[in-house]
Amino acid sequence: MNKAKSLDFKKVISENILIIIVLLMVVLVSILKPNFLSLNNFSNISVNTAVRFIIALGISGCLITKGNDLSAGRTVGLGACIAGTLLQKPDYSGKFFPNLPQLPIWLVLLIVIAICCIFGFINGCVVSFWKVPPFIATLGMQTIVYGICLVYTKAVPLGGYRKDYTDIASGKFFGVPYLFFIAFVFGLFMWFLYNKTRHGKYMYAIGGNEVAAEVSGINVSRTKIKIYVLASALFAVAGFLLGAKAGGASVNTGLSYELEAIAECTIGGVSTNGGVGKVSGILVGVLVFELLKSSMQFLKIDTSWQYIVQGAVIIVAVALDLRKYLAKK
Amino acid sequence: MSEYMLEMRGISKSFPGVKALDNVTIKVRPGTVHALMGENGAGKSTLMKCLFGIYKMDEGEIYLNGEPVHILNADDALHKGIAMVHQELQPIPERSIAENIFCGRYPVRQVGPLKVVDHKRMYDEAYELLKQVRMEYDPKAKLGTLSISQMQSVEIAKAVSMSAKVVILDEPTSSLTDNEVEALFRIINDLRDQGVSIIYISHKMDEILRISDDVSIMRDGQYVGTWEAKELTIDAIIAKMVGRELTNLFPPRDNVPGEPILELKGVTSILPNSFKNVNLTLRRGEILGLGGLVGAQRTELMEAVFGIRNIASGEIYFKGKKVTIKRPKDAIRDGIGLITEDRRGTGIFGVLSIADNVSIASLDQYVDAGIVLNDAKIEKLVSDNVAKLSIKTPSSKTLIQSLSGGNQQKVIISRWLANNPDILIMDEPTRGIDVGAKYEIYQIMIDLAKQGKAIIMISSEMAELIGMSDRIVVMCNGKVTGEVSGEEATQENIMHFATKFN
Ligand SMILES: Nc1ncnc2c1ncn2[C@@H]1O[C@H](COP(=O)(O)OP(=O)(O)OP(=O)(O)O)[C@@H](O)[C@H]1O
Ligand SMILES: [Mg+2]
Repeated sequence: MNKAKSLDFKKVISENILIIIVLLMVVLVSILKPNFLSLNNFSNISVNTAVRFIIALGISGCLITKGNDLSAGRTVGLGACIAGTLLQKPDYSGKFFPNLPQLPIWLVLLIVIAICCIFGFINGCVVSFWKVPPFIATLGMQTIVYGICLVYTKAVPLGGYRKDYTDIASGKFFGVPYLFFIAFVFGLFMWFLYNKTRHGKYMYAIGGNEVAAEVSGINVSRTKIKIYVLASALFAVAGFLLGAKAGGASVNTGLSYELEAIAECTIGGVSTNGGVGKVSGILVGVLVFELLKSSMQFLKIDTSWQYIVQGAVIIVAVALDLRKYLAKK
Repeated sequence: MSEYMLEMRGISKSFPGVKALDNVTIKVRPGTVHALMGENGAGKSTLMKCLFGIYKMDEGEIYLNGEPVHILNADDALHKGIAMVHQELQPIPERSIAENIFCGRYPVRQVGPLKVVDHKRMYDEAYELLKQVRMEYDPKAKLGTLSISQMQSVEIAKAVSMSAKVVILDEPTSSLTDNEVEALFRIINDLRDQGVSIIYISHKMDEILRISDDVSIMRDGQYVGTWEAKELTIDAIIAKMVGRELTNLFPPRDNVPGEPILELKGVTSILPNSFKNVNLTLRRGEILGLGGLVGAQRTELMEAVFGIRNIASGEIYFKGKKVTIKRPKDAIRDGIGLITEDRRGTGIFGVLSIADNVSIASLDQYVDAGIVLNDAKIEKLVSDNVAKLSIKTPSSKTLIQSLSGGNQQKVIISRWLANNPDILIMDEPTRGIDVGAKYEIYQIMIDLAKQGKAIIMISSEMAELIGMSDRIVVMCNGKVTGEVSGEEATQENIMHFATKFN
């Protein structure tokens, strides 16, 4: 009896080791720097986390089907730039389109999503029909999107955004940033999609065994295209929000965000062998990363060292997480 | 020399939710073939994996030649003289045969300060080893070019090269043809004559009595007993395995074939060496057996009907209408289901739950409001099927990869039953399934036929083909060479057509 209990306790710890470490880290930093726990800092972290979470959600579908999307970061950047050019103050001197009328925000968001989805659609088609490995297909797309962004913006940094646009990022509801709610809604949506719809089941099945999925009558190509389109739609949204948050954008916005997103997903238990990954896990992965970054900033650790620590955390976190599967035998 | 080559005493092993082994003891004499029998999920593979160091047992001791041994992992087991040919082979198909045999312990030679792989020695030794298992084959050939039986021989050659004292064969014949089985038995007999102990797991009763000296039986994770093969009969083994008498191997066939539902006219593959000009009629309420040797292109033909392969010419009529089937999705839409022969490659979704594995092909039936899956209905579907096919699992959330081989097969069968097809094509439907469960599957086939559905069954087991089919169409080398009715079918007339190469 006693033995069973202690075993259970051990199991609980080992299965939630990451969450426990993050909590310990938060406790430690709050003891050292009490205002780490302030509402202000909380909204800061949730604003950062929100954007990263949406990107990670986008890339998760690709990873679960043994794919990848290396064009994520550049798509985020393109989304931010398109939104930026369309949502500048009418009287801003460096206005990109000087004669542009005041567009409704929702329309701009739709335009950004629609344009970015084109690239996701191409990714999906290239992966499904030409059978180009996703790693390579999206690596090519990464460069293409960057080039398009350069052509479009002529490499001019954007700024002077309308207040109603930047308000999306800075606005709060009872002290909680809008972005927190937005991310929450996206998380909920993806959870629903992954667990309660055919698309979700098909996605896991394709990741688990693509041939068996085909034989079970799943339209593998269509499902994959949907996954890549949805991914780029989420990157577009993330870019849109990122622009609002930063109050500006340039061709380098979003640079290498895909790598962080992949790391976050993997930390959150999305298996690179396919077929495995949960929305809650992805959230944990993103939080591990963002809390870590924020803690290090609070502790005023030298930025160069922050990179070293981040890299080490990726490796250790994944190793710790894998243990719970390896230990089962 | 101790009386027993291998003793496993009081072995217990639990997985979350299942006690797979409960105080199991077996003793294997030197130079004998020891059959290990039991229903699906009885714990045979688990016991062998404990012996081979893949699983860590919770309790128990292992003695090799009277000496207690601790086996840390598979590599350690190999070095202590225990080798295993798995139920699911896991070779490296892109590398040569020799490399597969010597993987992890390549012969090396010193070149200056470096140790490099001595390829010549590796190939020479591999050649000698292959000869010992009666396989004269170029050791430089890629392993992937071999048939499953040849791969098994390679695995056995590997065991020989490690001078194994105990060789475990887990369902080695489940995908072999009769000739290949004979070849394997010759190898087994050679090994036995050299004093090697062989532990042999199989669901094929006739084989057991032919090849084995001793038979140990397990039921529900427990050890039932060990007998000398010569004191046993098939019925006695079955009774001990299932714990009750099983009088018939096949249920009575009271289905009545009706009007044609599927017709193939001149169907020819786009590949030159595949099926050619096949004409075939399938009726409602009929169980049609497809007989032939391996390589007769039966699987390929059925995969073409199902849209996995392409046809160059010929027509397919379904319910009297001409249909074009380009993808499995088209076939499923028309009401055709296919249980593939390669369970691991094209059947199971290993990392998904049993519930997902059962429901994946029929999710369209379980959506509310056009989008939301109805979990309660899916759960009911799954639990009904788990009960109907007596799938042994702790819960429907369990990952399919942790089920025993036979139970995985039952899950795949449920997947297609859930889809309620008009035509169900079953490619080796009872591979790896125990006698009791086979009977249940046969009963399901007959019930489906009685509901006016039609079944095509590909089987390499003659008894099954003859016992279950209303009609048997025999193929050889891509062509239909003959047809016999279920009543007049005999091993001889089927073999006659199956070997009619011109
Ligand atoms: N890795 C695992 N995790 C959880 N349960 C397992 C695992 N491996 C086996 N089991 C369970 O242990 C039991 C025994 O399985 P085992 O594979 O040994 O059966 P078996 O006798 O070889 O059956 P079969 O004839 O179908 O191959 C089954 O109930 C199975 O579900
Ligand atoms: Mg087994």
